[in-house]
Amino acid sequence: MHELSIALNVLDVAAEEAERQGGRVIAIHLRMGPLSGVVKEALLSAYELAREISPLADADLVIEDVPLVAHCASCDTPCTLESPQELRCPVCGTGTSRVISGRELEVVALEIES
Amino acid sequence: MNPPTRLVEVRQRVLKQNDIVARALRERFRAAGVYAISLVSSPGAGKTALLERTLSLFRAEFQVAALVGDLATDNDAQRLARSQVPVRQIITGTVCHLEAGMVESGLEGWDLANLDFLFIENVGNLVCPASYDLGEALRVVLFSVTEGEDKPLKYPTIFNTADLALITKIDLAGAVEFDAPAAHRSIAAVRPGMMVFEVSAKSGAGMDEWLQFLKTRRREFQQFAPAT
Ligand SMILES: Nc1nc2c(ncn2[C@@H]2O[C@H](COP(=O)(O)OP(=O)(O)O)[C@@H](O)[C@H]2O)c(=O)[nH]1
Ligand SMILES: [Mg+2]
Ligand SMILES: [Zn+2]
Repeated sequence: MHELSIALNVLDVAAEEAERQGGRVIAIHLRMGPLSGVVKEALLSAYELAREISPLADADLVIEDVPLVAHCASCDTPCTLESPQELRCPVCGTGTSRVISGRELEVVALEIES
Repeated sequence: MNPPTRLVEVRQRVLKQNDIVARALRERFRAAGVYAISLVSSPGAGKTALLERTLSLFRAEFQVAALVGDLATDNDAQRLARSQVPVRQIITGTVCHLEAGMVESGLEGWDLANLDFLFIENVGNLVCPASYDLGEALRVVLFSVTEGEDKPLKYPTIFNTADLALITKIDLAGAVEFDAPAAHRSIAAVRPGMMVFEVSAKSGAGMDEWLQFLKTRRREFQQFAPAT
C-alpha cells in the first residue's frame, strides 16, 4: 500500500504550485494511467486521510483516467488497449510493448478560488 | 453564490522528486561504469537466494556489491554478506518499496568507480515498487514456480516495467506440476517480447544463462559509457 505516500506527493506538488499562485485550492486534477502502478480507489481513500494533515485540506482530488495506448509495429499505428493484461493490437493481434500512454501519474491542474 | 475560481495548468509528475534523484543515480552509474540491476518479486520468490549464488559466482571475476531493502530486518544482508562482497541493508520501516533517495543514501561512502555490478534487492512486493525508478539499468522481476502461472496477469504493471523475468525455483517445477508454457504465455501477454529465464538458486539450473546475460548487457552498457 503505497497510495498514502503517493497522496502526500500529490499534495506536495500541488502545495508548491499553490504557493506560487496564491489563493485557496479547491480541487487538484490528476491524470492517471492503468500502468501507473496506482489503484484509483486506494488513492482516493488515502487522499482523504492525507488532506487532513495538509495545508490543502479544502482541495478535492479529481482523477482523470488516461487510456492505455501502444504503438503496433505491424499496423504502424497507435492502438488503444482494453487491459494491461493483454498488450496486443486489437486490429491485428500483434503483441505491442511500446506503450505510448498509460504510465502517467501527474498533476495537471489546480482549481483555485480567487 | 460560490466565489469565482480559476483553473491553473500545472503538468507535474507526482513522483518527480524520485525521478530527479533516479536520473542523477543513473548518470552516476553510467559515469562510473557500474551496471545496476534491481530485483523485484513477492516475498519469498527467491531474490536473496539468487543473489547469494550470483554474488559468489561473480566475485572472482568482477567487483560486485549489493543493497538490500527490507521492512524491518537485516537477515538478507547477513545472508548476502557471506558471499564476502560489500552488502548494505536499507531498512524501509513502514515503506513497502525502495525509493531512489534510499538507494542514494545506501551508496554513501562506496566508490562506484571500483564496481562492475551493483545489485539492488527491492522489498518483497509486486505492487508498490512499480512506480519508483531507482536509476537501475536493468529491472528484473522474479516469480517462483510455486506462485501460480498467472502471477503476471495479476500484477501486469510490475511486469510491464521490468526488462527481464526470471522464473525461480525451477527445481520444484515437477513437484508442483508447473505449467511452463502457461507461465510464458502470461508473461508475453503483459510484456510482449520480454526475455525470460528459468532458474534455480538451489540446483544451479539456468544460472549460466543468467550470468551470461548480465555480462553481455554490461558490455553493451559500457560501450555507451564515457571512457574512464
Ligand atoms: N527449492 C528451492 N527453494 C528456493 C530457491 N530459491 C529460494 N528458495 C527458498 O525460498 C525461500 C525464500 O527465498 P528468499 O531468497 O529468501 O526469497 P526473497 O524473499 O525473494 O529474498 C527460502 O526458504 C529459500 O531457501 C530455489 O531455487 N529452489
Ligand atoms: Mg530477500
Ligand atoms: Zn496491429
